[in-house]
Amino acid sequence: MSWAHVGTVILAAFLASLVEFVEALTIVLAVGTTRGWRSAIVGAGAGALFLTVLTLAVGPALQRIPLTSLQLVVGVLLVLFGMRWLRKAILRAGGVIGLHDEAAIYAKETAALARDGGGTPRLRARLDGVALATSFKGVTLEGLEVIFIVIATGAGGLLAPAALGATLAGSLVILAGLGLRRPLARVPENTLKFAVGVLLSAFGVFWIGEGLRYPWPGEDLALLALAGGFSVIALLAVAAVRRSRRPA
Amino acid sequence: MTAVATALRELWGLFVEDASLTLGILVCVVIAAWALPALGLREAWRGPVLFVLLAIVLSENVRRSARR
Repeated sequence: MSWAHVGTVILAAFLASLVEFVEALTIVLAVGTTRGWRSAIVGAGAGALFLTVLTLAVGPALQRIPLTSLQLVVGVLLVLFGMRWLRKAILRAGGVIGLHDEAAIYAKETAALARDGGGTPRLRARLDGVALATSFKGVTLEGLEVIFIVIATGAGGLLAPAALGATLAGSLVILAGLGLRRPLARVPENTLKFAVGVLLSAFGVFWIGEGLRYPWPGEDLALLALAGGFSVIALLAVAAVRRSRRPA
Repeated sequence: MTAVATALRELWGLFVEDASLTLGILVCVVIAAWALPALGLREAWRGPVLFVLLAIVLSENVRRSARR
């Protein structure tokens, strides 16, 4: 394993997890500010515990799968996931669809949670079922994506670097959330998703090749070439989309 | 059951959003796995060809989506 490979794994896991943790933080913040921090934190904690148990249960089972089969399946899933993000990032950068707005999502969530009188002090003092469920669901769903990203990018003996990348991202977001107590709306989400889409797509193609036992020219360095290739294709696509949308 | 169904739907949504993109990707993988070896393409070229096929699928999908 070369440093190029390990470094790319850490970077991919960090960036991809960062996006997911920011989205989870928005939901937990919305729950906390409208229906009480107790319920928000308990719900988030329950979600994290559920994910930990799931990882401990599924993790050893994955190790029993033959490596090439795992690489092929994980590779296909990574390409599906990565190219879905990359497609959306291209369309957002090209102005076809609106940019993801964390502040708007926060406003929408807080409005929905406050609608049934959830902001009353009496309700905030005890555990609130709606708040618990919303916080649990948000953390679990975003956390499942993080787990998938860690397992997929770390397939083939690099789970530790992938987990490190995800842990760094999670720590950063939690610290920022505790400090700011508002959604991280200034995070350049589309740029992050563009970069993550490129990296995950590159990883996916690399793993598919490994799973099919095709030798990559340059071995691990092919990963960097694939990332470069997807970057070029995606940037050309953004330029083409913008040009096609200019008035004649 | 509703919670399980919602979770499964969300999980499905992680990987499948645009059906034509998903289908295009799967077709490329099938080509890489079966057609390229059957055509006798050298192993060292099969990975790069898979990348080119996927790049075409992505570009075409974006072009069509931008037109809608």
